Amino acid sequence: MPELLAVSALGLMLSLFLGLLRVLRGPGPGDRMLAAQLIGTSGVGVLLLLSVLLKQPALIDVALILALLAAVAAAAFTGQAQEASHD
Amino acid sequence: MNTITLLVFDGLLLISIVSLAWAALATRDARRSVILFMAFGLVLALAWGRLLAPDVALAEAAIGAGLSGALLLAAVSEQPHAAGVVRPSISQNPGRAGTRTAVRWAITLLCAGLAGILGWALLQGLDSSARDTLAQAVAANLAISGVSNPVTAVLLNFRAYDTLLELAVLLTAVLGIFALGQARPGYQCAGPVFDSLARWLAPVLVLIAGYLLWVGAHAPGGAFQAGATLAAAAIVLRLAGRSHIGLPAGGSLRLVTVAGVAVFLLVGLVLLLLGRPFLGYPPAWAGALILVIETAAMLTIATTLVLAFLGGRPQALWREPGVRRDAPPASDAPGAAAPANESAAPSLAAGTQEQTRC
Amino acid sequence: MIDVLAAVLILLGLGFYLAGSIGLLRLPDLYARLHALTKADNLGLGLLTAGLALHAQDLFTSAKLLLIWLAVLAASAASAHLIARHARRRETGT
Repeated sequence: MPELLAVSALGLMLSLFLGLLRVLRGPGPGDRMLAAQLIGTSGVGVLLLLSVLLKQPALIDVALILALLAAVAAAAFTGQAQEASHD
Repeated sequence: MNTITLLVFDGLLLISIVSLAWAALATRDARRSVILFMAFGLVLALAWGRLLAPDVALAEAAIGAGLSGALLLAAVSEQPHAAGVVRPSISQNPGRAGTRTAVRWAITLLCAGLAGILGWALLQGLDSSARDTLAQAVAANLAISGVSNPVTAVLLNFRAYDTLLELAVLLTAVLGIFALGQARPGYQCAGPVFDSLARWLAPVLVLIAGYLLWVGAHAPGGAFQAGATLAAAAIVLRLAGRSHIGLPAGGSLRLVTVAGVAVFLLVGLVLLLLGRPFLGYPPAWAGALILVIETAAMLTIATTLVLAFLGGRPQALWREPGVRRDAPPASDAPGAAAPANESAAPSLAAGTQEQTRC
Repeated sequence: MIDVLAAVLILLGLGFYLAGSIGLLRLPDLYARLHALTKADNLGLGLLTAGLALHAQDLFTSAKLLLIWLAVLAASAASAHLIARHARRRETGT
């Protein structure tokens, strides 16, 4: 089982790396933002696997915060389109 | 985890971090570099988790990945360009080419020198044999510190003075933010999708902030991470166009902003009066005192981060109780005076009903 | 037995993640790429957390894992919509 988890962590890291290629390449800011979302979700997956492999249950909390704050970051990115000139 | 897998894993992580950092600095478009910086924060939080530093990973995930992105995007969108902000390039004046090259070489050499010093320090640390490290000293004294998480023990007990000064730095930052003037104007009311996201995300973030504050005593967590998460809740509400985002108004805002430093100082001085050293907690009371200080610090940190996102003194929220909100300030641009006058009357009438706007 | 089930779930989740990221690279358009992204977010993470929840030691950890999946599910759905709408507005000039 630990070997399987290790290989899965490696696979997720590969998925993150592929998302990285899209972040660097993506022709528009939307492409970069959605690739950042993939990086975030892959990171959540890797942290969950690492919490079992490295025996650190606190990494599950880190994964939770990462997931929620990646959503906040996406909201901030798209929220820019809504700025009003008068409050 | 077997060695080859670990090696490939670490290699991919390393390449990701370095290439994201390089790309974030090398692009000329400011918005693009902010998005790259956010992705960099995400991967860096992963790296901290891999290095078995969950407290730092929590802080990086909360502040580096989420909040820094929001703050920087809000700042970048203030620039007068329409779409896609371009960072100003170095001046093209040909007469100063020689000075420019010299400055570039000086900076390159300085950075190379710093990198060399860091590399040397790293090598020194790598071959450390059985020396008396900080971790052993902390572990030996953990029992009397009042908490069982060594990071919290160091931050709030053994090196509490450093944390007090860090909170003072945050207070100075708030003074700087207030000196910038009025806050940025708010956002329009969000559509149904974003609004429904904000409706569940903000309470969940508040709950998690409380959880992180409480769990910081015996597991990774603590005031900084909790404060950042709380700030994220307020920022989400602000982005959704709400006018009430949980920030206190008027005198309460000032109180909450200084609460971190004030409670810390109060505890320290009271202990001094009781004959103990400054911030030398009696072991029986240490846990409770640390919790009280951490709560105040969490509120202050959250308020500071939200004020940084607002970009100045919150005007609409800066209301002394019992005083009616005044006419729109004279700092409005003259071109906007006409529409402002039209909307001023209905907005004043609706001023007391702001909370039903969105 | 539970270990075998957990292993299968984790591997399936990994497969969806990789499918999502390959789709992100190969698909032609932002809107098509969003489809790939949400597969990774929903199914990939869901199967992964299901496998890890089976493997977990106590109920509290499993509950936390379920919470993470639900949060990512709702948040990524909203984020995908917001990103697509933002891109559409940029294209058509609002």
